[in-house]
Amino acid sequence: MLRSGFGLINCSAAPAIRYLGLALVVLVTANHGSAQNTPLISGGAGFFTSTDSGNTDYLPIAEPLLAASAGKHILFESRATFLESFAPNGGNQTGYSHSHSIGLTYVQGDYIASPHFTLVGGYFLIPFNTYNDRLTPIWIGNFQDVPLILSLGILSSGSGLGGMVRGNAIARNKYTIDYAYFYSARSANEQFSAHRGNGGRSILYLPEQRLELGLSYDRLLQGTHENFYGAHAWWEPKDTAFRLRSEFSRGHHAQGYWVEADYRLQAFGGADSAIGRFEPVFRMQQTFRRDTVVSDGLPSVNTQRADFGLDYNLPHNTRILTSYARQFSVTGDHNVWETGIVYRFLFPAWKGKQQ
Amino acid sequence: MNAKHLVFGTLVLASASVFAVATQQESVPQTKPYKDPARNQSGQSQNDGERVFKQNCSRCHTAPEGFSPSISGTIVRHMRVRASLSQHDEEALLHFFNP
Repeated sequence: MLRSGFGLINCSAAPAIRYLGLALVVLVTANHGSAQNTPLISGGAGFFTSTDSGNTDYLPIAEPLLAASAGKHILFESRATFLESFAPNGGNQTGYSHSHSIGLTYVQGDYIASPHFTLVGGYFLIPFNTYNDRLTPIWIGNFQDVPLILSLGILSSGSGLGGMVRGNAIARNKYTIDYAYFYSARSANEQFSAHRGNGGRSILYLPEQRLELGLSYDRLLQGTHENFYGAHAWWEPKDTAFRLRSEFSRGHHAQGYWVEADYRLQAFGGADSAIGRFEPVFRMQQTFRRDTVVSDGLPSVNTQRADFGLDYNLPHNTRILTSYARQFSVTGDHNVWETGIVYRFLFPAWKGKQQ
Repeated sequence: MNAKHLVFGTLVLASASVFAVATQQESVPQTKPYKDPARNQSGQSQNDGERVFKQNCSRCHTAPEGFSPSISGTIVRHMRVRASLSQHDEEALLHFFNP
């Protein structure tokens, strides 16, 4: 499943115009008194290709993020996705069919009430495990495809409409504990699709060991009420470019896990050397059905998949992503080949005041 | 995928872990997001900021190659919410961005 498939809808240009209008409102109300608090535009733009079982898709995509602070305690932030998907016409037809999607990934206001308490309101990313709210930006992910289990626990759209409290509960030199709790209302709005539900996440981080352990739970409160459980472990050894990340999710009808390891070859001449810019990546994942009800976005049968990637970090915040995956299931094994290039941008929304 | 595939995958991950730990280096940041690296090593608060950056921001993503100082406050505010930074960490990170 491509990352672009989440929370997006085919639509006209009207939502884009509304988004731009919202962005202007945020920018106009933002604080410009500080020389360091100029509103920013960040995100990624890329071009992906994916060949799954012999069928190729081409996907130009842009994910702009807008952030603007107001005063000492408030931050507005929003991310949107604009994409166009092209695929060759099947059969004996020539040419390509295409579709486009525009969607708000999130738009939220943050009020930092105290050093340990931040109140979030609006349309926010569901804090379940780590992938949904930390690794989905195209300039962060090591693979084009999201994990097979991503749809567990994120209440369908990946975003909630309502409120969230989050923050740092305990901060010591040897460990930190942070938390997030949210409540989402039901919304059938085209741009703010959300399910009613609530839940939370807690993370223990050991900075000396660079080890992160977390637990997540949420509950769908509409239709058939279902519980979702999650656990994750990340290990990024100090002073190395190695990262090991893993997640486990369990839903009412299915469960699964993924484990991802990547290592940038900076030991060979430094991170900016020709070799040091390479980044081999490996991900293994399995999903297991607990019953025959397929309502959670996971494959309809038990599935295993191994992804082998080789990324290259070009200068000027540009990455090339390549990968080969083999997916195994009783319905048939198949290959997935993917290549893409992503550019990460980060600049002021306008020229700020000089210090 | 059967048991031998799982064993193979586990061996690959274990090998990668051992290799990474075996090639541990002295502190070698992958990239510098801003300004002169030598300046970043002067002063306790700047060391604090560098530590905060490595322990929090770098957990999810690499550093950008550079950005305007005029947005450093907004970046830090954004990171404070996203990474649940403490107030002290926010201040150290801002000082690291603007030594």
